[in-house]
Amino acid sequence: MSSNLLETVLEGRRSQPQQLIEVLQDVQRSFGYISQEAMETVSNELGVPLIEVSRVAHFYKAFSLEPRGRHMLTVCMGTACHVRGSDLILEEALRELDIHAGETTSDGEFTVESVNCLGACALGPVVVLDGTYYDHMSPRKLKELIESVRKAEKGDEN
Amino acid sequence: MFKLKHIDDLEALSSRLRQKREEFMAVITMCAGTGCQASGARVVVDALDKEMREKGLLKKVRLLVTGCHGFCEQGPIMVIEPGNLFYCHVRPEDINEIVSETIQEGNIVERLLYTDPVSGEKISTERDIPFYRNQQRILLTQNKIVDPRSIEDYIATGGYLSLAKVLAQNTPEAVVVEITASGLRGRGGGGFPTGRKWSLCRAASGDEKYVICNADEGDPGAYMDRSVLEGNPHLVLEGMLIGAWAIGAQQGYVYVRNEYPLAVEHIRLAVKQARQLGLLGDNILGSELCFDVEIARGGGAFVCGESTALMASLEGKVGEPRPKDVHTVEDGLWHKPTCLNNVETWANVPLIIKNGADWYAAQGTEGSKGTKIFALTGKVKNTGLVEVPFGTPLRTIIYDIGGGAPDGGEVKAVQTGGPSGGCLPVDKFDLPVDFDTLAEAGSMVGSGGMVVMDQRTCMVDVAKYFLTFLQDESCGKCVPCRIGIDRMLEIVTDISEGRGRPEQLELLEDLAETVCETSLCALGKTAPNPVLSTLRYFRDEYEAHIEDKRCPAGVCRELIEYVIDAQKCKGCGSCAETCSHGAIKGEEKQPYMIDPQLCRRCGMCIDVCKLEAIKVA
Repeated sequence: MSSNLLETVLEGRRSQPQQLIEVLQDVQRSFGYISQEAMETVSNELGVPLIEVSRVAHFYKAFSLEPRGRHMLTVCMGTACHVRGSDLILEEALRELDIHAGETTSDGEFTVESVNCLGACALGPVVVLDGTYYDHMSPRKLKELIESVRKAEKGDEN
Repeated sequence: MFKLKHIDDLEALSSRLRQKREEFMAVITMCAGTGCQASGARVVVDALDKEMREKGLLKKVRLLVTGCHGFCEQGPIMVIEPGNLFYCHVRPEDINEIVSETIQEGNIVERLLYTDPVSGEKISTERDIPFYRNQQRILLTQNKIVDPRSIEDYIATGGYLSLAKVLAQNTPEAVVVEITASGLRGRGGGGFPTGRKWSLCRAASGDEKYVICNADEGDPGAYMDRSVLEGNPHLVLEGMLIGAWAIGAQQGYVYVRNEYPLAVEHIRLAVKQARQLGLLGDNILGSELCFDVEIARGGGAFVCGESTALMASLEGKVGEPRPKDVHTVEDGLWHKPTCLNNVETWANVPLIIKNGADWYAAQGTEGSKGTKIFALTGKVKNTGLVEVPFGTPLRTIIYDIGGGAPDGGEVKAVQTGGPSGGCLPVDKFDLPVDFDTLAEAGSMVGSGGMVVMDQRTCMVDVAKYFLTFLQDESCGKCVPCRIGIDRMLEIVTDISEGRGRPEQLELLEDLAETVCETSLCALGKTAPNPVLSTLRYFRDEYEAHIEDKRCPAGVCRELIEYVIDAQKCKGCGSCAETCSHGAIKGEEKQPYMIDPQLCRRCGMCIDVCKLEAIKVA
């Protein structure tokens, strides 16, 4: 872990316990997850007991305690997406990648997460892959999307 | 950058900026809200900018990139003024033709016009499209005239002049009176009278007070707050400034969902710009008002939409609610008097100050004044954001604006109010939408989600969906919510998977009542609503699941089977090829068969079959 990056995140926020969530947001953003080491540093620097840092990190969905995969696939499970079949899409993603929701594939390529609503309800079912929105999804389109990423990865290696 | 030191400075800047904008011959407005961006609006904007630059048109024609227009289904959307010409599903390859034909020659590009799905006719102007025509867009219309990234745009359209007006009057009490007289009620779901909240907070003892904008829009199926904050962040800031002045607060917070990256970016930029111009800071516009705003990103917990949980989260703690025997207007953030309102509520404030309380109160019903934005989604032809006066019947929203169900379906119900709300059947569609009427009918306005359901939506599945959501989101602090929702979900899951027993329905109702009455916060108190309303209006569906082991809508997977119609199947084999479970077998040019033991009812085969030979039985 780059301690410089953590320094930047903590700058101007030391000894300010109320900044805990904002700091963890930035740690999550910079490192992709919240490590034990990061929690200890944040605890020391903000003056928040480690147990409280750990509790907050566990409570909020925004924080991951494990490293995430190279590709982040988020499936929207909002009501509008649900009535258009989003559970089938999530199931297909998990089946195709052979993981559970929130997990990362053993090769470290994909992490699949569900989210309660992305606010793009008119375009449902929606998935987001590495920040790009894909609208009106179906299990078949999702399978093709995952295959296209895998193909591109292979292309990069060759 | 210079600072605005006096109200006159703001007025002069406003008229200067307005004049500059009036010099353009035409305006091309491109929607670049989250919905249109998801459909590729960014590349269209880039292509348009490049094309106009090359043709030397940028001085004559203004390219205005705005926030959400609300008709997300049709995105990317473009409106050209003068003429109110409306183009939809615009792609980069259309740009050359739009510029050369429409901008330079004044001709309409027919294929980009909107086709009304009800009449099948092409409509060329935005105002004539039924989706827009039947609305009254007071807040959303503002989204269309400003670039959310430009404070100058906002000021050019009269922005911050409402703030100037209240500062010039120099009587904060009068602002509270005005907001009270307008009849504005909180748009986040509770519907508490805004003026009363302000008045209580103003009267609370202590010099240090806070205002908070709740932009932690957690209701699945609602996205009006995202659109307003993302499309017009200065309107929300101005509302907060007026509120701070009225109440006597020095510090404000915007608590915004991190799942809305564009909204976070735009409100951050807006705060920075307002500070630079002196619209946030000390002695704003030369007055006594000293006020600043900080942005906090939500951690993705639904319960943080509840005011006390949100305040705990702002303090950097776990977002658990606390009993509200002492209200937050007296004992809120850091135990100081705090006034929390939702995005849409704050956004209404500058408009009320500008046009007067009477103007605002003239719209809506006796108990619910003004307009409300609804997110119309689900099984409906025109999906998007709809703004109508309170009192508009559900029927008008779903059929006249929404165009009814798509693909020959039939609307069965509408779910309003998110996980705290309920499902209303078609025979309730003549009810006027307002806070009190919907509550009486067993649902609620909530934050404004409206998910339309048709005959292929299973109401037991909907109840199960919301319970799953709430079980996941319950913070676990109080027992009735934590365990009650768990038990209700167990029962509904039993029913949806064919293990239901008739006596369970009564038990479900009993449990629902207990959870309602004994939970600590609004999340738990309203959690049983989706179950209670579906039981009340769609009991026959529960009974079909329990007694006949049948899902009438063909949704609950344990109770349905996929079958191939041997008459229709030509044996092309594409279904077998796509099936991930190896459940489909057959010989080429002969009808294929599905093995019900292996089939997971994922729908992929139905998706690929061009002959529509696969049916749900």
